[in-house]
Amino acid sequence: MNIAQSIRRTGFPRLFVHAAVLVIAILWLLPTLGILVSSLRDKDQITVSGWWTAFSGSAQTEAVRLGDASSQKQDGTGFVIAGSLFDGGKTVTGFGTRVQEPNAYPAGEAVDIGNGETLKILGDGTYEYRKATSFEGDRGKRVYLTVMTPPAFTLDNYRTVVNAEGIGKAFINSLTVTIPATIIPILIAAFAAYALAWMEFPGRAILIAVVVGLIVVPLQMSLIPLLKMYNQIGMFFGVPSKTYAGIWLAHTAFGMPLAIYLLRNYIAGLPKEIIESARVDGATDFEIFIKIVLPLSFPALASFAIFQFLWVWNDLLIAMVFLGTAKDQLVLTGALNALLGSRGGNWEILTASAFITILVPLFVFFALQRYLVRGLLAGSVKGG
Amino acid sequence: MAGQIVSAVGIMIAGVFACAAYYWLSDRLLNMALPVRGRDIVTASRNLNRRSVIRPWLFLGPALLLLAIYLVYPVIATLILSFYDRAGTTFVGLDNYRWALFDREFRQSIFNNVLWLAVVPAACTFLGLVIAVLTDRIWWGNIAKSIVFMPMAISFVGASVIWKFIYEYRGTGTQIGLLNAVVTFFGGDPQVWIALPFWNNFALMVILIWIQTGFAMVILSAALRGIPEETIEAAVIDGANGWQIFWKIMVPQIWGTIAVVWTTITILVLKVFDIVLTMTNGQWDTMVLANLMFDWMFRGGGDSGRAAVIALVIMAAVTPIMVWNIRQANRENGGH
Repeated sequence: MNIAQSIRRTGFPRLFVHAAVLVIAILWLLPTLGILVSSLRDKDQITVSGWWTAFSGSAQTEAVRLGDASSQKQDGTGFVIAGSLFDGGKTVTGFGTRVQEPNAYPAGEAVDIGNGETLKILGDGTYEYRKATSFEGDRGKRVYLTVMTPPAFTLDNYRTVVNAEGIGKAFINSLTVTIPATIIPILIAAFAAYALAWMEFPGRAILIAVVVGLIVVPLQMSLIPLLKMYNQIGMFFGVPSKTYAGIWLAHTAFGMPLAIYLLRNYIAGLPKEIIESARVDGATDFEIFIKIVLPLSFPALASFAIFQFLWVWNDLLIAMVFLGTAKDQLVLTGALNALLGSRGGNWEILTASAFITILVPLFVFFALQRYLVRGLLAGSVKGG
Repeated sequence: MAGQIVSAVGIMIAGVFACAAYYWLSDRLLNMALPVRGRDIVTASRNLNRRSVIRPWLFLGPALLLLAIYLVYPVIATLILSFYDRAGTTFVGLDNYRWALFDREFRQSIFNNVLWLAVVPAACTFLGLVIAVLTDRIWWGNIAKSIVFMPMAISFVGASVIWKFIYEYRGTGTQIGLLNAVVTFFGGDPQVWIALPFWNNFALMVILIWIQTGFAMVILSAALRGIPEETIEAAVIDGANGWQIFWKIMVPQIWGTIAVVWTTITILVLKVFDIVLTMTNGQWDTMVLANLMFDWMFRGGGDSGRAAVIALVIMAAVTPIMVWNIRQANRENGGH
């Protein structure tokens, strides 16, 4: 077999696989990278150049005036106006005398701009404007520059959104909603899962079937009656109808079917001998559960906890319905949604806010990916 | 802000503590009410029996209560509300259903939902399968998998911002949206992608596909690893090429998993809400059922009858999957 053949048989497909996966990985990463880079850019640069040019600096057009006739000096036979157009930080790459052509002449060369005038603008913004006869008029000449601004990265956008745009407050709200709404369902579901796995009582099989059925019931079915119920309870007891307790219970209940299903499957698979020998030793079900089942079920509990955490943190619908949309009640997803409405074009604010929103889930994801995968494999019957 | 953190932590601890206290106290109470120690043998064994009859319900109690209040009761209540007027007080028979039948927006939503159902589950499953197969073949496959899987952690709202930035359109000047920059680079005209009727649906679908492909990939990758090596080796010996091995040997062995992935994403698609709300809020013909329902819950003070009908349509669509799941679970528990 010659080399060409061997490349065709193995090399090319292998290379193709590498290339294909590389393209896919880049495609999948690019959108997130876009907002990360943009959120760190100077807000004026975001609006004039794509984020993919962030590291090469951005070209902008600027209008400036040269010095007027009063600043002219005689230089040999001619007259010259000299000076600087700005103080550092930028580089002129080209200039022109008409706004349509801000890049007509390259920087650094003296060019004839008509009327017997020559103009030289250097990269650092200093210029020499020459004419054989004296300059007249009390206004300086209008010149258009193509200016390269060096890449400017800043944390200002984050400072703005955390303080002024209420993202800091929303972050705390999200934590307040998410942590109890993750822990409480685990506790409740674990007890129920143990009962369904290891305790004998009539109706157990039906209950399991009901739980499995409820996993896919769409949230939308629950919203109207629950909203009515919350409002009635609020009115009856004279308390606000939109409270943290209310949303914890809602999240707990909506996560319950999947939690029970996942945990029951795991707990039912624990070795029978351990639990029966504990029973023979006189341990009550409560003790068996706390001392044996809970510690052994840690992987399943962790899997569900990650699920529930991501689900609650990322939820928008339940938060909008049960916590309300007033500014100080917004969780991160709600705040981001509100900003999309009020700050539609301000990408420095949107990108920074979005990145803060996804920061915690991404951290959880990368730190605990193993448990997340395990949970997915065990419970891929729920639709979110 | 410090005040809120302190009170939030306080409430959190109280909530979790109250929950744990219930289980501990109820167990204690049960043991005290039905004592065993120091009783004659008949009473003791009778109490022990009663305890084991009652205890499962103490363990199950909070879970069942929550399920009943938040899921079972609302399903029935929504069904009933669909026959009542906007305030839920006057019986109107089938009026709400008749309205839905002839409402333009409702039809539009059904059409869009069907479009989503036709595209998203298929695209996610297909891409997930392809990526799973490809990444299993190279040494840095796990890194690539992590990257594809990562959007799973991102909220729909966050993903919408991310993609809205990609679809960003500028009337004049440099296009700062990636898509329009690419289009203009190749000499095309920039478009307002999310306001382009019909095609904008696909712009929104891409977001969900971007998020969910990782899920399909993870599940299918695990299934592919479960395929016995011998079947593939036998095919190689028989002279099958890569394409044949994939379609004729691997795919048929993971049909069950493909079905699970497909149905799971189908359920998710039926409930898609956040993406449409944040990207277009149903404008430019992108309305879907979940958003239309949310709209009617609050539109003009809310119309619970119409909203209920829309919710029921979503429910009806997931019911076959629900029945299938229950059957499947019953079969697994058949040995019990």
